[in-house]
Amino acid sequence: MPEPMLELTGVRSGYHGLEILHGVDLTVGVAEVVALVGANGAGKSTTLKSAVGEIKLQGGSVTYRGERVGHGRSHELARRGLMLVPEHRALFGSLTVEENLAMGSRARLGRPGFDKEWVLDLFPILRERRTQLAETMSGGQQQMLAIARALMGAPELLLLDEPSTGLSPKLTADVFGAVEAIRERGVSILIVEQNASHVLEFADRAYVMESGSVVLDGTGAELVADARVKAAYLGG
Amino acid sequence: MTATAPSTRSTSTTTALTGQPAPAPRVRGALDYALVLGVLVVGAALPFVMTTSQMAIANRVLIFAIMGVGWNVMAGFGGMFSFGHAAYFGIGAYATAYTVVTLGLSPWVGLLIGMVLAAAAGVGISYLALRYKLTGAYYTMSTFAFAEALRLFVQGSEPLRRTVGFSVPVQQGSSFAGFQFPAGSPWYWWIGVVLLAICLLVTILFVHSRPGRFTLAVRDDDVAAAALGIDVLRHKLVAVAISAAITSVAGMFYVQYYMFVDPSIAFGAHTSNDAIITAVVGGTGTVWGPVVGAVIMAPLSDLVAGFLRNPPPALDWLAGQSGLDIIVYAVILILVVTLLPKGIVGTIAARRRKQ
Repeated sequence: MPEPMLELTGVRSGYHGLEILHGVDLTVGVAEVVALVGANGAGKSTTLKSAVGEIKLQGGSVTYRGERVGHGRSHELARRGLMLVPEHRALFGSLTVEENLAMGSRARLGRPGFDKEWVLDLFPILRERRTQLAETMSGGQQQMLAIARALMGAPELLLLDEPSTGLSPKLTADVFGAVEAIRERGVSILIVEQNASHVLEFADRAYVMESGSVVLDGTGAELVADARVKAAYLGG
Repeated sequence: MTATAPSTRSTSTTTALTGQPAPAPRVRGALDYALVLGVLVVGAALPFVMTTSQMAIANRVLIFAIMGVGWNVMAGFGGMFSFGHAAYFGIGAYATAYTVVTLGLSPWVGLLIGMVLAAAAGVGISYLALRYKLTGAYYTMSTFAFAEALRLFVQGSEPLRRTVGFSVPVQQGSSFAGFQFPAGSPWYWWIGVVLLAICLLVTILFVHSRPGRFTLAVRDDDVAAAALGIDVLRHKLVAVAISAAITSVAGMFYVQYYMFVDPSIAFGAHTSNDAIITAVVGGTGTVWGPVVGAVIMAPLSDLVAGFLRNPPPALDWLAGQSGLDIIVYAVILILVVTLLPKGIVGTIAARRRKQ
């Protein structure tokens, strides 16, 4: 297994005193693509938010590159290369495509990042729409912009929360194609998806969550072959 | 990781692909700066074409506009809905009154003290509220509670003359240093217009600055902003400080123009209402919304007050009734929120974008 970058150990967390995660253990290694799959409400997004310190832990620990992650310090983590692309794109709607991309560069802080032209080559539609306000773009374009914006911050570990939500099969394929290209540039990726069939095909490893706990883990190929995963997430 | 080095920004004056001369760099907010100049020009001319009573209303417009501009920085650009901007107006008003009446110094000194105190108070209360994740309606309630707490504090404070308030002593003649001029003098208006122009310039510079763009990003989505390395709390506090300081300028102008202030005028909820409705009617999150809102709301407020003082015979039962202004405000607010949810300037800007 590669050297670990992100480690969640016995993480318990939730909202307003209600425990959603019940002791989640999860590791993402250097240059690894790890998938987190599960049904709606399984705690996948809560896991990501806990990983970046967006939610206060009720127990357990999160470390990034060996250092403990504190609550409410996600902007510092981003500057160290751990970047989250939140669910539902979370764009800055009142800013243009160009300005959204510039926001992404904020986290770079002198670290070498991806060339902007490479990022725009990945999502050519964004090049055409540089001056368009983000809020006026379609769902698929917004998703591409959200990922492109994170890439501008030179991520070393990218957390993608449900990147295919609400997208057509064609756009989903485009987004996953971009994720593959990002992986080839050596970026570690932790991707949360309900669309398990897509993500398990290219993930190095994967975790399956149910009711706030990890119930299965293994390589993508192992989980695709698992009868329980097939029955629950891959349509039998 | 195999990332490439960041691309360097070209400093060439020709485009890389065509070799054609690059277009001249666009000044961000050029139209806004031109409009500020327009405000100064129109403002300079207005006293020559308006009557003294009309100028009194115009000065009220200035106070509303500065308050609205201040509120808009925090709520419109910063995304933090405040129902307690009376606190910053009051701090500006009381700092000026105390400096002039008790310390015997120039109101301009009071203006600076008020701005610093208002910014510090705003940052302090907002730091506590935001640090402990008071957002949305809870944050709004904390701003309201802060203004009320200040009102009660001042009402019980002997050095601040409890409920009696301050009357600014009248000086003979005109004095710029003392910010006092004979009744009906256009100098109040001219100075007020300059103060408004400065507040607008600060807003425009802020919105187009790097911290300003980050603040807009935080307003649009604070989780995403934090995920990109933007310090959410710091940028919110910057917006609060600027907003509070601008609003305190309106308090200072009020005291020097009306020469009186008491706790209910300075810290009352109606003062916060004035700031909110001015910006909402004109368009929150737009530079010019509060100015347009003030041009509508301040005369309307005066009209309603005049109507209540002297209603037509058929409605003489309304004479002296208080609260009608609140009803009128409420109706206008409902109409605007329903028909023009982005306010007047916001709606115009949205239509222009669609075209």
